[in-house]
Order: sequence, then structure tokens, then C-alpha cells
Amino acid sequence: MKYQVVIGLEVHTQLTTNTKIFCGCSTRFGAEPNSQTCPVCLGLPGALPVLNRQVVEYAIRAGLATNCSITKRNVFARKNYFYPDLPKGYQISQFDLPICQHGHLDIEVEGEKKRIGITRIHMEEDAGKLVHADIPGVDDSCVDLNRACTPLLEIVSEPDMRSPDEAIAYLKKLHQIVMYLGICDGNLEEGSFRCDANVSLMPVGSTVFGTRAELKNINSFKFIKQAIEYEIERQAEILDDGGKVVQETRLFDPNTGTTRSMRGKEEAHDYRYFPDPDLVPVIISDDWIEKVRGGLPELPETKRARFMSELGLSEYDAEVLVASRELAQYFEDTVALFPQAKTVSNWVMGEVTRALNDDNNRSIAQCPVTPALLADLLKLMEKGTISGKIAKTVFDEMYKTGKTPEKIVEEKGLVQVSDTGAIEAMVDEVLEKNAGQVAEYRGGKETLFGFFVGQVMRASKGKANPAVVNELLLKKLQG
Amino acid sequence: MEIFDLTIHELHEKLKAKEVSSVEATRAMLDRIEAVDSQVNAYITVTPEQALVQAEDADRRIAAGEIAPLTGIPVGLKDIFVTKGIRTTCGSRILENFVPPYDGTAVARLKEQGAVIVGKLNQDEFAMGSSNESSYFGPCKNPWDLSCTPGGSSGGSAAAIAARTATATLGTDTGGSIRQPASHCGCVGLKPTYGRVSRYGVIAYASSLDQVGPLTRDVTDSALLLGAVAGYDPRDSTSVNTPVPDYLASLAKGVKGMKIGLPKQYFIEGLDPDVKRAMDEAIALYQSLGADIREVSLPNTEYAVATYYIIATAEASANLARYDGVRFGHRAEDARGLAQMYSKSRAEGFGPEVKRRIMLGTYALSSGYYDAYYVKAQKVRTLIQQDFLNAFKEVDVLLTPIAPTPAFKIAEKLEDPLQMYLSDIFTIPVNLAGTCGISVPAGFSAAGLPIGLQLVGKPFGEQEILTAAYSFERETKWHLKKAPL
Repeated sequence: MKYQVVIGLEVHTQLTTNTKIFCGCSTRFGAEPNSQTCPVCLGLPGALPVLNRQVVEYAIRAGLATNCSITKRNVFARKNYFYPDLPKGYQISQFDLPICQHGHLDIEVEGEKKRIGITRIHMEEDAGKLVHADIPGVDDSCVDLNRACTPLLEIVSEPDMRSPDEAIAYLKKLHQIVMYLGICDGNLEEGSFRCDANVSLMPVGSTVFGTRAELKNINSFKFIKQAIEYEIERQAEILDDGGKVVQETRLFDPNTGTTRSMRGKEEAHDYRYFPDPDLVPVIISDDWIEKVRGGLPELPETKRARFMSELGLSEYDAEVLVASRELAQYFEDTVALFPQAKTVSNWVMGEVTRALNDDNNRSIAQCPVTPALLADLLKLMEKGTISGKIAKTVFDEMYKTGKTPEKIVEEKGLVQVSDTGAIEAMVDEVLEKNAGQVAEYRGGKETLFGFFVGQVMRASKGKANPAVVNELLLKKLQG
Repeated sequence: MEIFDLTIHELHEKLKAKEVSSVEATRAMLDRIEAVDSQVNAYITVTPEQALVQAEDADRRIAAGEIAPLTGIPVGLKDIFVTKGIRTTCGSRILENFVPPYDGTAVARLKEQGAVIVGKLNQDEFAMGSSNESSYFGPCKNPWDLSCTPGGSSGGSAAAIAARTATATLGTDTGGSIRQPASHCGCVGLKPTYGRVSRYGVIAYASSLDQVGPLTRDVTDSALLLGAVAGYDPRDSTSVNTPVPDYLASLAKGVKGMKIGLPKQYFIEGLDPDVKRAMDEAIALYQSLGADIREVSLPNTEYAVATYYIIATAEASANLARYDGVRFGHRAEDARGLAQMYSKSRAEGFGPEVKRRIMLGTYALSSGYYDAYYVKAQKVRTLIQQDFLNAFKEVDVLLTPIAPTPAFKIAEKLEDPLQMYLSDIFTIPVNLAGTCGISVPAGFSAAGLPIGLQLVGKPFGEQEILTAAYSFERETKWHLKKAPL
């Protein structure tokens, strides 16, 4: 490839405030169309916006977590354009004085660390939705304004990414952070986390950026990669043919994995931004910033480092466990009760994750086996009351029934047998019944050892202490 | 004296003494509207059924001894006030059939006191005009001379006072839209300080300039009605959270020792001789009452009109974008496609003056022109504000004419928008400065048309201008003269 791709991303995150940014309507997703509206978000004549201060707080959180400086005097601006999903004919946004500026995030792709600049983060209101559904007796398109006026943060990166993988790494990192901060539910399908990508090519070695295309309507990590890859191919083809890439907005089509032109530079809007006279400037004091900083959760990067240094986890384990704030919390809550981090880590990444995945990808917060129950189970295992193998059976039962491990072990009589006498009796019986195999073993077919272990475990219904079984078998077979 | 001739405070006394009921007063007012409004056209919508229900309610409250100053008083509202269940047109075809689902704050406050709303008053379309001629519902006429305009944009609100078809009215003032028609119709009109009265539920023309205020028969009513609607409103971020004083309590304080400034830029060549004479008489009267008169300077006055027409139109161009035919208001029937639905609905729905201002404002905000027009105008606005603050270091109130001439003839300035714009030269700076002003009747022209006097106060200095206005009114009694209708 003789071209270097240059990528900048604009992410819209919908904030999880209970009410909208400029009125008291609920932000709940999926309600009856237009049921969550009022004169303000409908843009009725005479209605006025009033800022939800929670939005400002969330924006400060995002800014602090992405190493931005926080703007002290914030002004909202009107962005003017006509569209049926935009009730007022302008969107209230921020223009020349965004709330956060000059931040960055560090990403890692194939072991290489890289810093991606964040140009700005600003607060704005979302638009409604056009519905072109088949409604009997209705030919026209319909407008649902439930989403109108819900709060968004637009997070704009520098054009610092040089491959689709870097773009994905940046997005995943950002996604993880907003989820950790508790300011966005991160749901890509419902549009809570949306991404536009600015993509251009320049000859390898050049420092002058090529003409960019802006890609819209990308709503999954997979599609982002697809869209950028398609765009690289498309632009490379144009350049190879000696053509010029046109500055335009292109729409990604998830069905074909391609992009198509939506509007060119000539059709670009003049948004005629000007300060919204209905809203007074928001002054953010140092006290407010420090208060928000004090309330920030531990972010994934710090958490990962701590898991490695304090709990002795491997980098891989630490990375997996901090993937979500809830998972990390589950892990830590369990470790608090059963302070063997490695064992807990194995269980959380193993049994717990598997059970949740099998259960329709249920979230960790809804796991029926709570950290306290898991810790109890691990304690039983540690005391030798049950074997590791039995523990897995007990775990499955706990997941299904929500019962305590003690109760399950008791009800099912799963207490491990470590009594040498009892196990010896079982070993003798197995060897007696399988005289032929014993002869073979003694004749050199040592792979049969596992067979004998299995037979003894079966005879004990899995309850025999495997270490004792091994020891006795070895002694008897060799003897 | 007929019931419809009474002021708020006079009618209040009669209601309280049970000499008259609110239903009687309301019927009298509705009959009066029926009798004379066809000549004046002050009302766009009259609401007899609702009014009588409200009057019955008011009578019950009065019977229960729960009378507030506005209980049972028949009032009219400029049709810019959003009223629940009552058509609200803003003088425009685009809202010809718009029935709002909610009441604005000022209206809600009137209703809480038990005021009776008799109807919605004529105005320039979207409050854009100085003559009430841009109304889609036809021009309103001046009760003192039906061939003249009542002024604007709150023409109907002023004309209804002069025609005695409402005891009091509410208007809005963006560049003089309360004070100028009050002056032309011989009533008292007050534009409060920006932020004093909530704008929630007032259809926006220019958001940083619009302000709600009373039009009344006398200064006492003005104080009373202002007190009823003023105050912080959490629904309007620009409303200011300072206590509302008792405006009535300080009315009779007198002007002895009050420092009254005469801005020299307002007393210029070309002032109508009748207006000039009225001003001279007023100044002499204040002097005789012990006020300390001195000249002051507002050096940036000459830029006010230009500044206003950039800021107001820029804001209006965005404020009026919501009239797109999508959710409410007029939608063109035969449009094909979205772009045509927008352009046809708006082309049919808006009148020429509104279109002119949307285009002016759109231009001023456009890429490449924004700094030269909008940003520059904001800077000049700051200078104009500074002029007023400087003047108020020396004086308590300013005294100026309201308009260069008395009411002009209908159609006289219609073809010359610039002439029309310049007629607001003495009122516009007060809006740009965000402070308060009042128009008080100050005599008549040789042709018998009313002339108003403007008193401008410090920000939140409504008490001082009301006191000064009250002293003047008590001595002159100009307000007692009735229009020949």
C-alpha cells in the first residue's frame, strides 16, 4: 500500500441523565412515540430551554477522564438547519467555547502504545427520529420526538489514527471510559454511542493530509472497521487512477459494507452558529471541578495497573477483568472475601463468564452467584470440603437455583472423601474388577493410569479427594 | 362613568364593595367590544364563553372574601401570549389556527389572581412593526383618529385601552412595542428591565430584547399589573431572581430632589413641534415639582437602530425557524417533497415584513458576514449599555420623547421600511441596554393626537420611573381624557 490512511473520529454519546437536557421529560428509550414530550422539547412557540446541570457534571467527568482542560465560561449556541426531526429549526449545541478541550487517550495496538489527541468535547441536544414505517392509512413519514432534547456529548478526536485497528482501539477505550464514568449506557444498537469517521489518504511519507470524506451512520465496532476499510479502498482507487477525492459526507450502508455520497461540500450547511440568547452562560468554578474529580471512579488503566502490582495478576487477566466496571467490581468484591486473587480471577474469567454467556449474555450485575456466594464456594474448595471438580458442579447448581454452596453440598452429599481407608477400599475394588487392565499397565501401558483414576472417581461419585486417589493408585499399581 | 371606563383599582373597589360583579363587568366589556371593535380591530380573538366562566369563578372567590387586586378584572392579552385552549396567532397566518396546549407564566400568574381574559389582541406579525399594519388580521386603528395607526407592535393592546375595550392589557416590548403604541394611544405603557418578567409562553421575536409589560389607563394600574406578573421564573433562564418590590407603596414619594437627565442626543432638530412642546412643558413641570434637571450624554445613540436591526433580526431568523409546517401551524397543501413543503408553507404563512427580517437576520449570521455584522453589533450594544450606566451615575431617571411624531396615518410609512424603523429611535436603546422605561400621557398634538413622555430607569429601577410617572400624572391629568369613540 503506498498510501497512509488518516482517521479522525467524532463520537456522540447519549448521557444517562433521567431527564432531558433542557426540559423535565424522561429520556427512557423505547416509549410510545411522542409520549415523552412537552412544549419545550416539541419546540412549541413560547417555550424556553432550561439547562439540566447534571449534563454539565457528566461533561466535566468525561473531560477529566480524557485529560482535557475544562472551560470555565460555557456558552450554548444555536446551530441552524431545517429537518423535520429538529423541532426548533436549530439545535442547541456549543460552538466556540466547548466545555472540554485539549485532551488525549492512550491506546495500544499490537503492543505499540500511542497517544490520540482529543480536540474537544461539547454538550448538545439530540434530535428526534423520522419513522418511515408502514402505518395503515398513513402515506407520510412520521416524526417521533421522544429522543429530541436528550443530552449528548460530542467527543471529537484529532486526526491521529493511522489504521482501522487504531480507530477501533480508540473507540473501545472511549466506550469503556464513558461506561466506567456511568455517564452513558454504551448501547451502540440503540444509538447511545454513535460514531462518524473522517477518513483521508496521503502518500506514505507525506505530512500533508489528503481530502477527507466524512462517514456517517456507523453503529457497531465491526461496521466502523468495515466502513473505514471500504473507504481506504475507494479513495486509493481514485488516487491510483490519478483522480481527486472529493470532500463530502458519505453514508455507510451496513447491508453492503459500502459507503455512498450523501452531500458534497457545496451542499454543506452554513449553520450560522450564534450564542443562544435563551440560555445564560454556565460558569464552572474550580470547586465544582474538584468536587467532580473527587467523585470520579478508578478508571480502567489505573485499575489494571493496580490488579497487576497489588494482586499479582497477569497483564492479560487484569485486562480482561477491567473490561467493564461491573466485572472489575465483581472480581474485587469476591477478592475482598476470598483473598486469593489468582483463584478468583480464574473463576471469574472461567466459570462465571461462561455461565453468563450461556445465559443469553446476561450482565455480571445480574449474576445469581453473588461475590459473597462465590467466595463461600471457593472457601469450601480451599478447606478441602469439596474438590475443584465438584466445585464446578456446585457452581452450576448455585447459578441455577441461587442456593448457598453449603446447602447444595449438604443436600447432594458432595463432601469430598479424603479418608484414606475408604478410598483404599474403592481402589482395591477397581483394581480387582479390572485385572486385565492392571496387567497391561504393569506390562508398560502407563497411559491406563487415567482410566483407573476415572474408575475410582466414578465409584466415589466424584467425591474422592483426587490427590489421595492418585497417591494410592500409584502405590498399589507399582506395588 | 361606565364600568368599561374604570381603571383596575377603581373596578377592584367596586368588586370588593360588591357594587358590581365580575360577570357584570365582563359582560359590559364584551358588549363594549361588540359595539366598537369593528371600528378599531383591536381584537383578533374575543373569548366570551371562557371569560364568563372565569368571571363566575372570580365572583365566587370574591364572595368567599378571597379578592386579589386583579380578581374579576377584564383584561386583554396581546396575541403573542400563549394561552391554553385559546387560539394564539401572533398576528400571523402561519399560526392562524394554532391552539396552544399550555399557558405561559405571565398568563398563569394573571389567572392565579382570578383575572378575566376577554380576548387576544391585534399586533404586528410576530411583533415586527411599529404600526400594527403587518398583522395578518388587518391593521388595528387608533381610537383617537381611526385613520391613524395605534403604533406597534402592541397596537391592539394600546388601542383596547384607549377604546375602553379592556380594563388593562399585557403587551411585549422588543424595541418600543409597548411604549410607542401607549404613547400614540394616550395610555400608560411600561417596559420592565430585561429579566423582570418571565418570557416563558411569550412567542419569541428577539429573545435578548423581548420583555413583557402592562398597558393601562393610569400609573397606579401599571404598578399593580407589573407587580402581578413580575418575578423569577425557573422556566426562563434569563429571568432574574431579585425580589419584586411593592410598586404601589412608593408611587406617591414625589420627585423632589430626584435627578432627571435629558439625553442631549434625544432632543434633536426634526422633532415634531408638538412633541417638542410637550417635552418642554413636562421638563418645566418636573422642575416646578422640585426635580433636579440636568443634561446627560448617551454618545452611541446614533448606532442604536442599526445595532437593533442586526441583533433582533439575527435572533428572529432562528426563532422563526420552528414555523416549518411540520408539527403545527400552516402547511402548504400542494407541496411536493420536504424542501417544497418548507418553502411553500413559509412563503404562504409569513407576511412581507417578517420575511424581510428573517432574510436580514440570516444574512447577518451567515458565514463570512457574522463578524462584520453580528459580532460588531454585540460590541456596539455593550457600548450603548455602558452609555446608560454612565448616565445613571449622574441621574436617577432619564426623560425623553417616546417617538419623534404623534401617531402617523395608516399606510403612510408602509412603503418605506427605513422610515418606519427610524420611528423607534428613542425606544430601541432602552431595550439594547436591557433597562426599563415607561410611557406616560403628556399632552396632545394640534390635531388632537396623544403624545407620550418616556421615563427611563436604571436596571430594576421600575419603582423610580413609576414614582416619577405618578407625580406627573397627578399634576397633569392627561390620562383622564377619553378617545372620541
